[in-house]
Amino acid sequence: MAEMKFEKVSDTEYNLDVCGFVCPHPQLYAKKSLEKIAEGAILNLVFDNPSSKETIVQMCEAAGNDIIESKTEGGKIYLKIEKG
Amino acid sequence: MEEKRNAMWAYLITGAMILISLLYWATDVYYMYMVIYIWFGFAYGMMLQYGRFCFASASRDLIAAGVPRMAVGIMVALIFFSFIQATLESVNMSTFHAAPFGIHMLISGAVFGVGMCLAGGCASGSLYKVGEGNMTSLLAVIFGLCLGQAIFVDTGGVFNNLMPQAWVDKAMQTQAGMLQAGINLPVNSWFDYYLAGYIWHQPSFTIAKLISGGHPTAIHFFVGNAFINAMLPALIILTLIYFFYPRKNFMKKRKKEMKKAGKEPVTGFSDEMAGIWAMITSSKRTSWMGILVGITAGLHILTMAGIQKKFGVTNFGALLKRMGHFSDVSLKGEVFDPGYWYITSQEGQLGAWILEKFGWNMHDNIFFGFVNGLPEPIRNPALWMSLGIIFGAMVMARLSNEFKFKLPSTELIIWGVSGGILMGFGSRPSLGCNIGGFFIRAAGGDPNGWGYGVGMIGGGFIGGTFLNWFTERRMRQQMADF
Repeated sequence: MAEMKFEKVSDTEYNLDVCGFVCPHPQLYAKKSLEKIAEGAILNLVFDNPSSKETIVQMCEAAGNDIIESKTEGGKIYLKIEKG
Repeated sequence: MEEKRNAMWAYLITGAMILISLLYWATDVYYMYMVIYIWFGFAYGMMLQYGRFCFASASRDLIAAGVPRMAVGIMVALIFFSFIQATLESVNMSTFHAAPFGIHMLISGAVFGVGMCLAGGCASGSLYKVGEGNMTSLLAVIFGLCLGQAIFVDTGGVFNNLMPQAWVDKAMQTQAGMLQAGINLPVNSWFDYYLAGYIWHQPSFTIAKLISGGHPTAIHFFVGNAFINAMLPALIILTLIYFFYPRKNFMKKRKKEMKKAGKEPVTGFSDEMAGIWAMITSSKRTSWMGILVGITAGLHILTMAGIQKKFGVTNFGALLKRMGHFSDVSLKGEVFDPGYWYITSQEGQLGAWILEKFGWNMHDNIFFGFVNGLPEPIRNPALWMSLGIIFGAMVMARLSNEFKFKLPSTELIIWGVSGGILMGFGSRPSLGCNIGGFFIRAAGGDPNGWGYGVGMIGGGFIGGTFLNWFTERRMRQQMADF
């Protein structure tokens, strides 16, 4: 069951879980989370809507945010994004 | 282990589709007509899933996230498809027909645009997402595209009072005229008055017909239909997207590189062209699929025209009658058989078929009773195309380990059902959705396609703005705990 979770792990690290959500929710929540965290902070993003990945990757490229880790496991996509 | 299991599922689904095709062929060679729909649907499904091809994301991601990927992919597909359409028209191998022209396309497109944003996918996008295991999209398909559409076209009673008197009068005249010819036209629902009183009296034309005075030749198809109606608007849209979205960042990077190389940071026309090219190739997956979707949609038309010529028919209803299935066809002796890529009407037929099982008479309206018929789902050619899309997407999702069965939460049920219903309602007055209403028509030289397209973008803007507000509100609630 889908429920969005945005958590602060530390002053420089945040977790965003948008599993179960379809487009456009994962990309919108990712965009808004990145807007709200400080430059240099890390966002650990997990979602399971494959279509959102392309958009999130392009969104990060355009905004100058770096995807420092990317993996897919059990139908879930994990992205570690450093805000640029 | 997971990869092996997914590969096994992909083989199983493909094998089942082959088996179904062979069974149809063994039953009657006329079913090969339907098998063509199955496999083109399967190919569309694979391409849509691989390219993440969704018309909803074209406007929504552009507006809400500033990502032009999908809008670019669709324009690329449109350019290629329009060229193939013009070629097929030139050699008289096209099944395309223009739709009645009017403001209804714009309004319908706007309703559909809001719906696709809320549902999280357009009509074709929702189908391929069902193939990925997304049950929210399944809700949008069942409640919106299937049941929603069927109820929409059969609704009567007090709703008939909403129809302008001029439409009612014209519909009555049309009914009386047809009765003299021995046809008892079923005029009962509000949609019947809309069709017989308004739609059937609207002009239908393509740009080729318009510029040729009614007798188009190859030059008119290429210049009028392909270039003026599809390629030129697509190129203008691509240029506008470039200027409003990636240009600023691209030029910034370009100037930085020039400075680094010790050159004066002055950009020119060639840099602008490089910027447009970079935008088109930024998502190779989507752009390549755009080209392939365009070519496949053209091949689909060619194949359908070929098999129609082979069997000497223009509609599958004629073949159903030859096989003795008279109850499947409409009063016109036809079933819904577009002859090209199309979504929504067939889902409406499935919805009507389901409702009839619960005692609802769905034959007493023009849409099903007179025009499209209500074939058994196993003999519904266009419905098989939709199933093909689902299974094609499922195979591709399995092969790329992206299949995941996802049950919706209460929130997503609301999004899926409400968005699906709006999509269903928004695809009926226009007699098509993002594919049949926009993509096929814009590429085929019918200016109606752009009416629907502009409406979809407007609806996408409304839906995207609403979602933006909703997600912002959610984020603020979550951040209150920090």
